Amino acid sequence: MHHLLPVLVAVPLLGATLLVTAGRHLPRAAAETVGCLFAAGTAALAIALLLNSSPPMTDWVGGWTPEGGESVGIVLVGDGPGLGMAALASLLTVAALAYSWHYFDEPPRRHAGSFPALMLLFQGGMCGFAIAGDLFDAFVFFELMSVVAYALTGHRVEEPKAVQGALSFGVLNSLGAYAMLMGIGLLYARTGELAMTKIGEGLDRHGSPDALTLAAFALVLTGLLVKAAAVPFHFWLPDAHAVAPTPVCMLLSGVMVELGAYGVWRVYRTVFSGPGGIPASDLEHALVVLGALTGLVGAVMCWYQRHIKRLLAYSTVAHMGLFLIGIGALSPEADDGVALYILSHAGVKAALFACTGALLDRYGSVDEHALHGRARELRGVAVLYVAGALSLAGLPPFGIGLGKAVLEEAVGGPLTVLFVAVSAVTAGAVLRVAARVFFGLGPRPDDESSYETTGKKEEPETRSRLSRVPDTMTAVPAVLLVLSLAMGAVPGFAAAVGHAVSGRAAPAPHWTLIGVLLGLTSTLLALGLATLAATRPKLLGDGAWTAPLRRLQSGHIGDYVAWMLAGTTLLAALALPTILNG
Amino acid sequence: MSVLPYLVAAWVFLVGCYGLATSRNLIHAVGCLAVCQSATYVLLLAVGYRDGATAPVFSDLKPGSRPVVDPVVQALALTDVVVGATVTAVLLALVLQISKLHGTVDPDELSELRG
Repeated sequence: MHHLLPVLVAVPLLGATLLVTAGRHLPRAAAETVGCLFAAGTAALAIALLLNSSPPMTDWVGGWTPEGGESVGIVLVGDGPGLGMAALASLLTVAALAYSWHYFDEPPRRHAGSFPALMLLFQGGMCGFAIAGDLFDAFVFFELMSVVAYALTGHRVEEPKAVQGALSFGVLNSLGAYAMLMGIGLLYARTGELAMTKIGEGLDRHGSPDALTLAAFALVLTGLLVKAAAVPFHFWLPDAHAVAPTPVCMLLSGVMVELGAYGVWRVYRTVFSGPGGIPASDLEHALVVLGALTGLVGAVMCWYQRHIKRLLAYSTVAHMGLFLIGIGALSPEADDGVALYILSHAGVKAALFACTGALLDRYGSVDEHALHGRARELRGVAVLYVAGALSLAGLPPFGIGLGKAVLEEAVGGPLTVLFVAVSAVTAGAVLRVAARVFFGLGPRPDDESSYETTGKKEEPETRSRLSRVPDTMTAVPAVLLVLSLAMGAVPGFAAAVGHAVSGRAAPAPHWTLIGVLLGLTSTLLALGLATLAATRPKLLGDGAWTAPLRRLQSGHIGDYVAWMLAGTTLLAALALPTILNG
Repeated sequence: MSVLPYLVAAWVFLVGCYGLATSRNLIHAVGCLAVCQSATYVLLLAVGYRDGATAPVFSDLKPGSRPVVDPVVQALALTDVVVGATVTAVLLALVLQISKLHGTVDPDELSELRG
């Protein structure tokens, strides 16, 4: 079975090549069918491999197996978490392609294959990153998925906002990737190995950690945390997500950002967790500080957005903070919780973006204030939107609620307050949008804006404004939400996820009374916040105190780069006690 | 083996970052990103260097007769060059579109996305 691991990357790349070469002569429906078939085939393969991933598979590509423990070959690792991320990325790609079916307007009109081809390349890069077993290939796949993501973000090249957002995204992520490569170079210099587990063994042989280990740790994590949009590496994310085409947003928010967090988990577990690496207490310290900061900044910024896509993007930032805290806990129970949380968050966030895309294509705006009460006729979309917002708050029995409950139990202590607050505020913001846009609740908010990005005068992504929302655009979010409901409600699913992630090290994730109560608490808080904000906007203030925070999000690449360097320094400082005590 | 190449690599990376942070022109910024990447070439080649060794090309060299520098890092650097070319091409294409649509390549004058 392990010989099939490289096929997971090869199939989407082959499909992309086929679409690029033949796309010019294919009618649009044929190109889309080919794209969907290749994406779905990869998804099926990923799931088949995932079901056989215990014990984990290892494949040395091209038969370059180690001789006497030494190898220069490329190693792929097929274990539960890696193949799970590959399966998630593939399934979301299928969903995004289905969503864009027929209606999504693609700029190069004479080349129907270009958009599905880029999506397949993106899928190939994400699958490759998920199963890469050596650090250098992880870097190469990281760059492959990043470059395709820049191109997809700026896909509507005639949109001024789209190209600007794509450039910030590109510069920040590439700089992060180069920092990661510097770290990989340092690790290779120390150990002479590239395979992750081998680097870990090499570090342990060398003895206790020193300045080089610390530098490598900070540099490698910088690259991954830029991708994971941890504060202060996060500035590119709202800019990119606000401008990317909706099907691309579904993938960016649903799985690409999460792959950064997955990378942190994998690299720490395999490379730095031994006695020669960074002690667990330091990693926990670093990730909890960064995660709490990310959760707070994301939630505050999310609440004060009026551009709906930016609002959803900041909600992703906030939830990434919670994932990072969970990863920092370094316990099998927390891993299970994070895995469930990521899976169902992907479904819910993709569904919310899909619904927002329907608004954009129908009304040519994604501005909460301008759309006030205009979408009353879209009953189906409204139901989906509210369901998505409630599940984002952690309403039982949605999968997010279960994942969050397991995570809260594993992390415990005062951080539980943060978990409840972040999910209540982000879900409250989404509910407020739903209340205003779909139900016209409360007074019409005033329209003036001096500094922030509004969502007015956006171009629809379809050829012309839709007079009705097509069935594919509502079916895709509906299916995604049902799946994310099933993750929490079908008892066997959570147990299977737990088994794939942590084996028998932790009890199968299950609902507890406290978990249900905490989920209900954050849902009620979210409902209360949304009602208050929609009916009595003055009561919650106008957010003037957030002005300094909002000015940081300046859209200026230079500022973002400076923040990234500050973040790397912070990361190194948080892990510094290792060296001083070692 | 002296520590100089490592210091050079760190300096090149930081000077590229400085250029990016203070850039007044997006084409210049993409160039600075390429400078940051050059630091990774310097670092990788420095890691593989051995005193008195020659290039790892065995067409005119009997294996084992002379020490050679580490070929793995050279393969990494080559891959890195390919990655860099792709990134630079995509980013420059985006700058071109920015210049066409915004009428400027000065990042201080781009104000579409903020807050």
